[in-house]
Amino acid sequence: MASTVENPTNIPEHCPGTDSANAGKASACAGCPNQQICASGPAGPDPGIQLVKERLEQVRNKVLVLSGKGGVGKSTVTAMLSRSLAARDKDSNVAVLDIDICGPSQPRVMGVLNEQVHQSGSGWSPVYVDDNLSVMSIGFLLSSPDDAVIWRGPKKNGMIRQFLSEVDWGNLDYLLMDTPPGTSDEHLSASTYLSQAGLTGAVIVTTPQEVALLDVRKEIDFCKKVKIRVLGVVENMSIFVCPCCKRLSEIFPATTGGAKKMCEELNVPFLGSLPLDPTVARYCDEGKDFISELPNSPVVQALGEIVKKLVTVCESREE
Amino acid sequence: MYLKLTRRKFLDCPGTNSEDAGKSEACQGCPNQGICSTGIPVAPDSDMEAIRERMSTIKNKIIILSGKGGVGKSTVSTQLAFTLSRDKNIEVGLLDIDICGPSIPLTLGLQGEQVHCSGSGWQPVFVSENLCAMSIGFLLPRADEPVIWRGPKKNGLIRQFLREVEWGSLEYLLIDAPPGTSDEHLSIVQLLKEDLTGAVVVATPQSISLLDVRKEINFCKKVGLPLIGVVENMSGFVCQHCKKSSELFTSSEGGAERMASAMGCPFLGRISVDPRVGRCTDSGLSYVDAYEDQPVAVQFLSLAKSISFF
Repeated sequence: MASTVENPTNIPEHCPGTDSANAGKASACAGCPNQQICASGPAGPDPGIQLVKERLEQVRNKVLVLSGKGGVGKSTVTAMLSRSLAARDKDSNVAVLDIDICGPSQPRVMGVLNEQVHQSGSGWSPVYVDDNLSVMSIGFLLSSPDDAVIWRGPKKNGMIRQFLSEVDWGNLDYLLMDTPPGTSDEHLSASTYLSQAGLTGAVIVTTPQEVALLDVRKEIDFCKKVKIRVLGVVENMSIFVCPCCKRLSEIFPATTGGAKKMCEELNVPFLGSLPLDPTVARYCDEGKDFISELPNSPVVQALGEIVKKLVTVCESREE
Repeated sequence: MYLKLTRRKFLDCPGTNSEDAGKSEACQGCPNQGICSTGIPVAPDSDMEAIRERMSTIKNKIIILSGKGGVGKSTVSTQLAFTLSRDKNIEVGLLDIDICGPSIPLTLGLQGEQVHCSGSGWQPVFVSENLCAMSIGFLLPRADEPVIWRGPKKNGLIRQFLREVEWGSLEYLLIDAPPGTSDEHLSIVQLLKEDLTGAVVVATPQSISLLDVRKEINFCKKVGLPLIGVVENMSGFVCQHCKKSSELFTSSEGGAERMASAMGCPFLGRISVDPRVGRCTDSGLSYVDAYEDQPVAVQFLSLAKSISFF
């Protein structure tokens, strides 16, 4: 006799986290190969959390750039925001940390593809794009950009811990962290290691279609669950201006009202929309600074407004 | 002092079932090292026989990969599934192994459907008499519910999908993967091994996408997964107002065709941008059925043909 599979394996309870008091003991742990190691291990906090807190003490604003959905432009938007923040005030220091271990895009987007990372007594030095703009990514540590990083979760988590605790950023006004799509190891690790370091919040990137918003709603729910403040949502690739006739087209139709409607429903701030400009996409491919070279692009103009709102939101956060 | 991930220092995880599990140089520092080196995971996997049996009634098992997110893996998997199943004599299944971002229930118009369990296993959800699907999306209490799982739990569900779902006799099982080269990809390859017919890799023209797609192709070569070919999606846009074509995502290095050639991989063709594909994806409709005479429909039909000849 058929029955409905409602809760076949306690789906979808979540991993309580390896340093939770319930580690290895929650019902979600049943069947997890790590169960024994979690249940028998010390229930004390991961020393990495304290290391990360100390390392990031001189970073005023720590912002995660998330999506849930892949290919919406997280890396592009992170690069755009960082360049814009660095350009608007030359006295402020901005950095980008790329925690997408399998698909690190920042070296290419920031135009520093073949650079290397230096190690000194005070830690790993990030790669400098400009006097006040630096980047760190696993992309700099690979012997070839085509090398696949075929790692399971625990090893990726180890790398993220190293990035957060060993990079010598110095004094920073903004640290933007580019993440891979999803709600898995990298996101859990980042939120755990940053839990004591005072994460300012998350910027969520999406495109207008429902198939993207479906994943983005999950990401916003994830933020609520792990208590990350949502600073706002950016809708990327919202409209396309034909270079020939200048008329507008919706490449990714907002069949359910787009990001603005979703923000109203979920009561999160809407930071703005960025149009699809193939020239900007090409500049990102080539790692060029489109902010100074394409100041009249509608993308650059929309970006200026988004950055103003983001800065206001960051500065006004409660202590 | 320069830091470099040398091949010796950062080799890939040998796999929990490998003889080197826990003992290789790459294992140093991995939290699972202890458990792997005890040899427990190397013991014969009792699920493999059950999985082999399930897969024995399926002729072609094709995984749709990318490396890069948002290039259209789920869109291509879905439209390919719709297109292949136009011939009512061909049974097609679509397995969604994107645990965190399962799109298939939406793209097939099956949101809200549930999975039924019978004595012979989990029943996939049917779109039409010869097209069915399975996804974690059907098992969630609400579509917005995030699945915040680490690798081991995701692997466990993929294993369950392969072991429990009663697909029956299928001509094609298309497997929609998430972006990346991590747990889900390693698990499906390790669990299906030689059973996998091959991989279709989806790319878009820009270098930033090809950067990740090359890694995915290298992953396929490394794990011995045959490459059916590369598809370049979002390739060119025809403005509905002036009918002139432009490139949305410009290729600064010759696009996916040149990359495929350089990597010794077949090129299966291009799929242009048509906003109506996005609308069909969001509404769970078959583009080829709705817009049969449009250029993009011809492209999907050509892709289905290439795959059927592999």
